[in-house]
Amino acid sequence: MCDTCGCSSDGGAVLRKPGESDYHVHVSEGAHGHPHTHSGEELHAVDHHHEMHHDHGDGSHHHDGAVRKVVLEQDVLQKNNLLAERNRGYFEAKNIFVLNFLSSPGSGKTSLLEKIIPLMQQRFPVAVIEGDQQTTNDADRIHALGVEVIQINTGSGCHLDALMVNRAIRELDLQDNSLLCIENVGNLVCPALFDLGEALKVVIISVTEGDDKPLKYPTIFHEADICILNKIDLLPYVEFDAAKCRENALRVNHHLEWFEVSVKSGEGLAEWQEWLEKRLVRH
Amino acid sequence: MHEMSIALSIIEAVEEKAREEGAGKISGVDLVIGKLAGIEPESLKFCFSAAAKGTLAEDAVFMVEEPEGTGECGDCGMRFPVTFYYAECPGCRSLRVKIVSGEEFLIQSITIEE
Repeated sequence: MCDTCGCSSDGGAVLRKPGESDYHVHVSEGAHGHPHTHSGEELHAVDHHHEMHHDHGDGSHHHDGAVRKVVLEQDVLQKNNLLAERNRGYFEAKNIFVLNFLSSPGSGKTSLLEKIIPLMQQRFPVAVIEGDQQTTNDADRIHALGVEVIQINTGSGCHLDALMVNRAIRELDLQDNSLLCIENVGNLVCPALFDLGEALKVVIISVTEGDDKPLKYPTIFHEADICILNKIDLLPYVEFDAAKCRENALRVNHHLEWFEVSVKSGEGLAEWQEWLEKRLVRH
Repeated sequence: MHEMSIALSIIEAVEEKAREEGAGKISGVDLVIGKLAGIEPESLKFCFSAAAKGTLAEDAVFMVEEPEGTGECGDCGMRFPVTFYYAECPGCRSLRVKIVSGEEFLIQSITIEE
């Protein structure tokens, strides 16, 4: 049972807003409202079934209790991917540039947003979706910048999915020609598989983590478009080879754009900001 | 542990299909999980026993086909088996390798009983 509203919804993601303690929306409630769509693939599957049916010819398998095989050939993530494409269509129509930030907990996703948003805001409206299992701590930090923000609490969930984002963007007042940053749940494994409808995936690692991270968690680096190495001000104090880390990341994904920054000292942020602004204008 | 939420979505998809077909029971589910799909078949199978409880697929046998990864060299065009994303072309040593198969993740078919 939900301990905020007492409804019967158990588990599942909840949307929250900073400074509005009464506000919360259960993501699953929206899901029930969706009409069931029948895609071409499903029809295709039925066709297959009939073909198989006729192949047998003699009709002996028509009696009750018959066992038969039905071909689906359906992508397991199809539901998520279809919804992600709907999100993407909405973003394209409003010309919203969407970044999905992925990293392990503590690598500096929220701090990076705190630094880069005030700079970007001078030219583009910015909004943020924060993903965490619990608390609105991150959304509170972004809210303090005067930015439109919503928190998704995934409960036991280890990643954001397209449905959560679909619900969240209905609750946000997103402006045309803007930037939307989605900060995923801190996790270097699961969020890699779930398309949210973003334009680009940004993976962040920090120098306190180990330069073989891209080899140990290759899926997320393979899926990402941009990699940001953070906390480079700590390089003199840790055993971390930035060049080796970059090489490892590029072995997994040779399309990866690579940036080295220190959110704390501000080093490297101007390059990343310049790149981002160029992409936003071109978008 | 994204395997649990994936197991639940698979159960939901096969149940929907089985009901459409008027089935009373799902006795088998055939999945295709490429070696590079980012899914652990063993932990997924483990999740099914919990995810399928009380559904048409409660007694279903889950079979998994695991196609090997294939890479294609962006420089010389050679195709070769790969076991991970950081493959090197055995022909020309290039790292510009595109994964062309092994990332499949499909519900191939279900076996149903009336």
